[in-house]
Amino acid sequence: MSGTAVMVLALAVGTYAFRLVGPVLHGRVELPDRVRVLLSAGAVVLLVALMATGALTEGGEFAGWARPAGVAVGGVLAWRRAPFVVVVLGAAAATAVLRAARVP
Amino acid sequence: MRSVQRTPWSRPGRPDPGLLRDVALVCLAGGVVGVSFGAIAVAGGLPVWVPVVMSLVVYAGSAQFSAVGVLLAGGGPVAAAATGLLLNTRTAAFSLAVAEHIGRSRLARLVGAHLVTDETVAFTLAQRDPARRRAAFWVSGVGLFAVWNACVAAGALAGGALGDTARYGLDAAFPAVLAALVLPALREDAGVRRAALAGAALALALTPAVPAGVPVLAALAGLALHGRAPGERKEPQS
Repeated sequence: MSGTAVMVLALAVGTYAFRLVGPVLHGRVELPDRVRVLLSAGAVVLLVALMATGALTEGGEFAGWARPAGVAVGGVLAWRRAPFVVVVLGAAAATAVLRAARVP
Repeated sequence: MRSVQRTPWSRPGRPDPGLLRDVALVCLAGGVVGVSFGAIAVAGGLPVWVPVVMSLVVYAGSAQFSAVGVLLAGGGPVAAAATGLLLNTRTAAFSLAVAEHIGRSRLARLVGAHLVTDETVAFTLAQRDPARRRAAFWVSGVGLFAVWNACVAAGALAGGALGDTARYGLDAAFPAVLAALVLPALREDAGVRRAALAGAALALALTPAVPAGVPVLAALAGLALHGRAPGERKEPQS
């Protein structure tokens, strides 16, 4: 097997093992309410951190202005309770327009 | 945990049209990203089977992009696998958070585990009651899996014909999707808000200095601020 095939396999097995943690533990280990609340909050914390790093950085560096500006447009639309489709398309369109105008 | 009464139209198997529309939109955006993933991998010199098989068995967009990026940059398979795995450690926390909504049967657990992604977790937790959460998990999980894999295969076969997909602004769409899905939780719970803002700030501060995947995990330190009244705050542990 080539190195690439082994890499794909290792990544697949490891990722699936991470994903099985929840379904395997659920129902076997009785989690205290406090832990359940923290797990739920932890998921939101992870998602917000993903949003922030995904909006502002690319490969460990600043992603340029076009992307965070688009995300900010989407964020404002979401805050004003715009429909989901408007949020998503608004963010992409704002970034696309800025890039067309040669904003990095 | 909220205890909103389940509504008649929220039975699993009959998800409301609003959810279907939102999931379809994310599938569409994810599909274009999938096409670009397949095209980038093949244009970079990898055989067609690598992006196609990887999408089926790894099924994690950011880890796939990073692993292929490391490979194409000459980093070697060990570094590629390590980077992807580090990025995917967060799915363990995500799978714990949605475990009760996946279902009880062994088959549901085994299949459902593979469908745990950032987007399915965000869709699931954005719903109000258990029935809707379960429907959201499966609708978004199956839909995204099907579209992602079909589009990666299409992109791998089409090669570089699409050009630079950055010009469509889709890289801004995904953070915006997450923003739209987590805003309700942030609005109504000050403890979650404190924890999330501190965690995101920490993740951003760490990003230039540490390997990909570490900053987002470090954000969990923000949980130290969860559930404390203002005034008796503690510094987040790192």
